[in-house]
Amino acid sequence: MNLRTNYSLKQTIVASAFILASALTYSCQSNSAEQKLPILGSREPVERVVDGKTIVDTVYHQITDFAFTNQDSQRVTQETVAGKIYVTDFFFTTCPSICPKMKSQMLRVYEAFKDNPNVVLLSHTIDPAHDTVGVLKEYADRLNVETDKWHFVTGDRDSIYDMALQYFVGVQEDAQAEGGFAHSGDFMLIDQNRHIRGHYHGTEQEDVDRLIKDMKVLLKEQQHEQK
Amino acid sequence: MNKSRFLAVVLGAMALTTLTQCFTDKQNQGQKLYVQHCQSCHMEDGSGLRGLIPPLAKADYLQTHRDELACLIRNGADGPMVVNGIEYNKEMPGVHTLRKDEITNLLNYIQTNFGNNNKRYTMTEVEEMLEICPVPHGK
Repeated sequence: MNLRTNYSLKQTIVASAFILASALTYSCQSNSAEQKLPILGSREPVERVVDGKTIVDTVYHQITDFAFTNQDSQRVTQETVAGKIYVTDFFFTTCPSICPKMKSQMLRVYEAFKDNPNVVLLSHTIDPAHDTVGVLKEYADRLNVETDKWHFVTGDRDSIYDMALQYFVGVQEDAQAEGGFAHSGDFMLIDQNRHIRGHYHGTEQEDVDRLIKDMKVLLKEQQHEQK
Repeated sequence: MNKSRFLAVVLGAMALTTLTQCFTDKQNQGQKLYVQHCQSCHMEDGSGLRGLIPPLAKADYLQTHRDELACLIRNGADGPMVVNGIEYNKEMPGVHTLRKDEITNLLNYIQTNFGNNNKRYTMTEVEEMLEICPVPHGK
C-alpha cells in the first residue's frame, strides 16, 4: 500500500514536471511569435457555398454603426474610427464617484498615443440631458485635449444606452447611485474591424498599463494586416 | 538566540501589533476619511484632475483660505475657485454628516500630506469655524 502511494506520488511529480516543462516551452514559443489579442463576444459559424463546396466562416461580434455628436458639434460615426483602433468608455461630467479616476487614467492613454493618427478615444456621456455639446466642450477644454484624438460624445439617450450594450458596458439610471447613474468603469479596446479586443478596469492603474501594452500589440497587428 | 525562539518573538510582536490596531481605529482617521470622501476626485496623491478638479497637493488655497475649509468640507463648494493660479469651476459636494472631530482629523491630514506642511487645526478652532459657516449654496 505504502509502496503504491509512493509510486503514484512519483508519477504525479513526473507528470507535473512534464506539464510544467511543456507549458514553459509553449509559452516561450508563443512569446517569441507574434502576440495576438483575442476577439471578445459571441461568435457564430456561418455557412456559405462556394463552387459547390460548403465553407464555414466565423462571424464575430461587431460594433454596429452609430452616430453621435462630439464636443465641437461634429458628427462622430463609424467613419470617424474607420481604419483606426479606439478605446471607449461611458461616463458623465457631474459624476462624483469613479469618473474622475477613469478620466485621469484615460489621460494617460491619451498622452501615450496622442501623436499616433491610428488611435482614437471615444467617451460617451450617459447623461445627455445635462451633458450637452457645450458642457462637453468645457470639460474637454479643461482637460486640455484635442478633439480629433479624444471625442466626448452625446446624442439620443436610447442610442447611447444601446451602444453601451454593444460594448458590453453596464450603464443605467439609478436614483440610489451617487450622481443618479450607475455605470461600470470599463475601458474597451476596439480594433479597426470594430471587434472588441480587450476589456480593462478604467479605475486601476495596473490594468490601464495592460491596456497601453495591448494597444501597441494591436497596432502592430494592424500594420501587419495592411502590408 | 535559537531559531524557534526568534520565530516566537516575531510572531508575538506581530500578534501584539495586530491586537493594538484593533483598539485604535481612530488612528489615521483623517486618511481613512480622505480615502472615503475625497480621493475619488482629488486622487491618491492629491493631484486633482487637470483643469477640472483642483489639486490639494501644494495648493496655495489651503493656506490662503485656511479658515473656510471646515465649512467647505461640510457644505461643499460652488462657483469659480482659483488654486495655484488656475481657475476651476466645478461643484464640490459637501459631506454634511461629518462631525467636528472628523473634520479636524481630515483637515490635518490634508494640511500635512501631499507635500503640504501647513499649520494643524485644533478641534476648538474647527468648532468655531463651523459655527459661522455661510449659508450653503442652493439651500
